[in-house]
Amino acid sequence: MSITREDVLHLAELSSISLDESQIEPLKKDLDNIVNYFSQLDELDTENVEPTYQCFDMQNVWREDAIVEFEANREDLLALTTECEDNQIKVPKVL
Amino acid sequence: MKIADKNTKAVDLVRAALEKAKECEDYHAFISMNEAHALDRAREIDAKIARGEDAGRLAGVPFALKDNYLSPEGHTTAAAKMLENFISPITATAVARIEAEGAIMIGRTNLDAYAHGGSTENSYFGPTSNAYDKTRVSGGSSGGSAVAVALGIVPFALGSDTGGSIRQPASFNGVYGVKPTFGTVSRYGVVAMASSTDTMGCFAKNVEDANLVMSIMAGKDEKDSTTLDDFWTKPLEEAKPAKKKIGLIKDFMGEGVDEEVKAAVLGYADKLKKAGYEIEEISMPTLKYALAIYYIVVPAEIASNLSRYDGIRYGFRSKEAKNLDEIYSKTRDEGFMPENKRRIMIGNFVLSSGFFDAYYLKAQKARTLLINEYNKAFEKYDALLCPVAPRPAFKIGENTSDPLQMYLEDIMTVPPSLAGIPGLSIPVGKSKAGLPIGAQLVGPRQSDQTLLHIAAEVEEK
Repeated sequence: MSITREDVLHLAELSSISLDESQIEPLKKDLDNIVNYFSQLDELDTENVEPTYQCFDMQNVWREDAIVEFEANREDLLALTTECEDNQIKVPKVL
Repeated sequence: MKIADKNTKAVDLVRAALEKAKECEDYHAFISMNEAHALDRAREIDAKIARGEDAGRLAGVPFALKDNYLSPEGHTTAAAKMLENFISPITATAVARIEAEGAIMIGRTNLDAYAHGGSTENSYFGPTSNAYDKTRVSGGSSGGSAVAVALGIVPFALGSDTGGSIRQPASFNGVYGVKPTFGTVSRYGVVAMASSTDTMGCFAKNVEDANLVMSIMAGKDEKDSTTLDDFWTKPLEEAKPAKKKIGLIKDFMGEGVDEEVKAAVLGYADKLKKAGYEIEEISMPTLKYALAIYYIVVPAEIASNLSRYDGIRYGFRSKEAKNLDEIYSKTRDEGFMPENKRRIMIGNFVLSSGFFDAYYLKAQKARTLLINEYNKAFEKYDALLCPVAPRPAFKIGENTSDPLQMYLEDIMTVPPSLAGIPGLSIPVGKSKAGLPIGAQLVGPRQSDQTLLHIAAEVEEK
């Protein structure tokens, strides 16, 4: 497996990161090195082994469906946005 | 540590810490100071004590906070341009618990942006220097917290450890570093990195202080459903190991490991022998694959967790963006450091269609094999011993042009993270050049206090 320029551009798109030309070649080299390092896992026999996605078998931790007062108020949360008006967050026109 | 009482004023403890921080400014351990709030809080504590009220188990104790813990006092930046001006409307549970016991946050410490790194060189605000050699790295990602404790600015500091971010800087700066069992301390209000391995812990100068701080932070939190019931409840002398047997991991004592590091760890093993422990070499052949597993699993979780930085709800927004797509993509290009981008892109690579089975699923299966290997070892041993890092602190700039080389420095700290088990970094010596060396004790789930108990038995005071 080797990472191509097209792979880098595709991954940048999946990642929603706009890359200028100067970043593409170094990323291609770095990602290629890193991905090749992963190939050592082929030495491990994982036939019939279950994957571990989390270390503790916690499933469906339930809580009461009750209203809990959140510690932050609406004004403080909206103050974190770049632009807002009448309690609405503003973004450029979509359509 | 010194705790405020009738004879020791909180204001004096806090002032001394702030002054010391100022003297040590050139190490760049802190991103921002919290002077005004800290002094106000100290006066409140002193007034409480004067009234004869209980001011808490950490009354007036100054501490440093890794800048990825949310607190409304000052900015929480995660050392990233993306959050440079972010003021948190909430307080992390761990911080709330520490502050409820009277501890006082004097400043926020430097880290690799979003905790992505092992040297604090990936900080948007520049690197932190090692406490013992300014030309060397502090380690990371919690480099600033480790250095703040090592320099004696504060008696303890909070950090986060996803793959070694507390243990490795602790070893590079000669202090204790506690990475607890996954789920011990709430992650609520800490900037998320990898949800299956993120843990919150601390740095301290001695075992007793580390145990006290952890016992306060540990325990169930409704705001983080992965938290475990509080198990950090015993007096340390009662947390005795059952077998008095420790396995020395052979695979991490061989080729590629600095001779001085090996000698220091063997010296520590001898001390444990003298304290009545049986030390046996153990071979754990799956451990060497942990690094590849880690750098597949963790970037996948990073790609998902960092998708929230969209330039819309909070944080930086690019001024170049002309439409909605550009708000996302230009904001993320300008707001993330190169290492953040690499990890997000690797994550999206291993998760993308066509590669998922070969990388992500394969790694998660290999992770099961790794956990099985640990479980087998813990049938025989109370704990496992190995170095924290293959060599002492490296030079600033030495690894920055080669990300894979930087990852290889994490080889000994990532395996316990993948298994969710605790790791304790213990200062055990210095190299001829005067650089600290750390040993790592790793135990089964929730054996955290046992590891501290073992370390206390041979602690130099």
